[in-house]
Amino acid sequence: MAVLNVNGKAVDYTADPETPLLWVLREQLGLTGTKYGCGIAQCGSCTVHIDGSPVRSCSVPVNAVGTQKVVTIEALAENGMLNKIQKAWVELDVPQCGYCQSGMVMAATALLAAKANPTDKDIDEAMTNICRCGTYQQVRAAIHAAAKA
Amino acid sequence: MTIQTSLGRRGFVVGGAAVAGGFSLGFRLPFGESVAHAQSVKELNAWVVIHPDDKVVIRIARSEMGQGTLTGLCQLVAEELECDWNKVSWEYPTPGENLKRNRVWRNFSTGGSRGIRESQQYVREGGAIAREMLIAAAAKQWNVPVAECSAADSKITHKTSGKTVTYGAVAAAAAQLEPPKDVKLKDPKDWKIAGKPLKRLDTIDKVTGKQIYGMDYTMPGLLNATVRACPVIGGKLKDFDAAKAEKMPGVKKIFAIDGNAVVVVADTYWQAKTALDAVNTNWDIGELGKVSTETINAMLKEGLEAKEAFVGNKTGDAQKAIDGAAKKVEATYSFPYQHHVTMEPMNATARYTADKCEVWCGTQNGEAALAAASEAAGLPVAKCEVYKLMLGGGFGRRGRSDYVRQAVLAAKEMPGTPIKLIWSREEDMTHCQYHPTTMAKLTAGLDAQGNLISLQIRLSGQSILASLLPQNLVNGMDPIAFQGLMQSGVEAAYGYDVPNLMIDHAMRNPHITAGFWRGVNVNQNAVYMECFMDELAAAAGQDPLAYRLKYLKPKWAAVLKAACDKAGYGKPLPEGRFHGIAQVMGYGSYVAGVAEVSVSADGQLKIHKITAATNPGHVVNPAQIDRQVAGSFVYGLSAALYGEITVKDGAVEQTNFDTYNVMRIDEMPDVETVLVPTNDFWGGVGEPTIAVAAPAVLNAIAKATGKRVRNLPLMNNDLKKGA
Repeated sequence: MAVLNVNGKAVDYTADPETPLLWVLREQLGLTGTKYGCGIAQCGSCTVHIDGSPVRSCSVPVNAVGTQKVVTIEALAENGMLNKIQKAWVELDVPQCGYCQSGMVMAATALLAAKANPTDKDIDEAMTNICRCGTYQQVRAAIHAAAKA
Repeated sequence: MTIQTSLGRRGFVVGGAAVAGGFSLGFRLPFGESVAHAQSVKELNAWVVIHPDDKVVIRIARSEMGQGTLTGLCQLVAEELECDWNKVSWEYPTPGENLKRNRVWRNFSTGGSRGIRESQQYVREGGAIAREMLIAAAAKQWNVPVAECSAADSKITHKTSGKTVTYGAVAAAAAQLEPPKDVKLKDPKDWKIAGKPLKRLDTIDKVTGKQIYGMDYTMPGLLNATVRACPVIGGKLKDFDAAKAEKMPGVKKIFAIDGNAVVVVADTYWQAKTALDAVNTNWDIGELGKVSTETINAMLKEGLEAKEAFVGNKTGDAQKAIDGAAKKVEATYSFPYQHHVTMEPMNATARYTADKCEVWCGTQNGEAALAAASEAAGLPVAKCEVYKLMLGGGFGRRGRSDYVRQAVLAAKEMPGTPIKLIWSREEDMTHCQYHPTTMAKLTAGLDAQGNLISLQIRLSGQSILASLLPQNLVNGMDPIAFQGLMQSGVEAAYGYDVPNLMIDHAMRNPHITAGFWRGVNVNQNAVYMECFMDELAAAAGQDPLAYRLKYLKPKWAAVLKAACDKAGYGKPLPEGRFHGIAQVMGYGSYVAGVAEVSVSADGQLKIHKITAATNPGHVVNPAQIDRQVAGSFVYGLSAALYGEITVKDGAVEQTNFDTYNVMRIDEMPDVETVLVPTNDFWGGVGEPTIAVAAPAVLNAIAKATGKRVRNLPLMNNDLKKGA
């Protein structure tokens, strides 16, 4: 039994220490909003925040997390209120199939936290997540909208 | 019978509350607010359930995979139902229920951009019939003539007295009435819900992580499994050694299925995956091990010159006219295998017992999944059921049920235990049914003025039907090999009037499974035809648009002109930028694109802007069409830039996104959509635009560099000056 700090709570889990954080979140803690897409840190579907930074949880062994604070998509909304990015995502109807969107929302939330008014170039550099439905145009527009909100 | 009894089963109802209005209400999250299914609530008909609190549940048979069919179909039902859109939610009926009820929901298959165009009539009728029953129930309650009553916004009003009653208040009584035989559908000119840019019904859960996909499904006692099939498609499992893997943590069982794959079942996916990595496998691949991209290409090249071929479109005498032409133009193109790469790898959960088999999965064809479950389980269809979950992408991949079959076979090894079988990305990448590889040799005859008097197109390559549905071949011929080049029809007809034409197909089928891939054969056929039209215009010394307009039929021409007008085609562009154009008819719709690109001296391509026009006939949701069009360019351009599956020693070489690249946001051009509906037919929008992405860009590149790229993907071509 080991402990992680996830979404503001200390949680117990049992897994081999080399298990990627992604699978501990999904299979031990039931936080399935964080998605498996590639397992090699390419697609970004598994993006979570570790101490505020966007990280691809498929490629982080759980034992490397230690006492750092992990935040997943499930904890972005507070008291039933969506965060700025989530609101913009709904307002601009961004998701299509939606499978990559947890990761997109996590990456965009981290971007706005680091840069309140990101340029298109900032967005290009921060948003390397893959979307196969092709929501990129809406993602860009929604980040700009959220920055202005 | 009340459908809720059977539909109330755990895991069945996958509903979503309408989010319209949610923004202004401060985003109250619908946690726990799944569609209530009081057993007392009776359906008005297969499509419509109205609860006493006025909540409207619309049943949708097609699968939502991002394309927005769910919202569009709900709009069509709600329009005729005259209900309040804010009260609308949705649910999937199950394929098993469909069969029990004599296929009342008709076709579940979700592909070919068919969702709206092929079900619009009966779903609108479903809404209209329900509305008439509600009006009749109110009239009966008030004891007034039906003709004096009307419905709007989920209320019935008696004109004479001004009395009103809500749908919820009369729904139970309405459900007892005989449905009317004939209903008149509204003129689309009078639409208030359909035709409007309404928001999707399935967004909130997708931004909060609550949306459950097949990958996320769980239930008590569920075990996780993963699979490794023979890396050479068609190869067999000789033997395997699981001695080490069996002792690894969490492992429950390791076994072979279908004689070609090894499955590990464990407590968690990660344990199963780790154990599978420790299983040693020996494969029997026989002669297939000699197949490579080179041998496949040689096979296709032979087909380009072969005597025998299936004729798909013929007018006049093309050979004779070419022989007598003032000028002859010839070019050969090729198009590689491509992978769908849905973001969610294939997976399904199955539970098998001696008298019941249930499957929970994302599928584009619930009924095909049900049939696959029945076959794999060895149980009659009536003892099987499929509960559809949200798809993390489909693009044609989830129309095939190979992963459902595997999940059921795995579950059969452990009766009573629900097994979730998950493919790794690597398994997914190497065991697809790929976009077929083809080549084309195009030969044209021009007269002295450069007019196109004759055209031959020899297609050579793989047939999807031969691979997946051989029973659908027509005397050995695959009609869909000619998509976009067909003589006539509402699906994918050829737009040019050429006096002498011969389009034929030399079918060459390697062992790699070929399948439906968003846009299917329209994609490469549009590359061949639309790039060659630019080559012909150049040979004739004429502008590509003007040249096309000499031969295009009116609807094809109109949409191309609309795209060009909006893009400012023919007007000066910024220094170093060039326009390329393309058009096609596919999936019932007419589409065209104008690409604006630049290529730097060192060969760097930049796609600055795409202007795309669509005539889908009737427009059900313009905002969703915008998104489908923009997304189609991501899909089509990803394929054009990078999409290539290669074969070595009989196996697919690419394994993940590091070896199969796709477009990311930094490469995304600005896409502007122009809708030019003629309101006289119903076309699809999920796929057709993909086909114009590659040729529009390739034509612009040719203008920018003088280089005519004829072999995709673009990454294999050097666009550098002088290269």
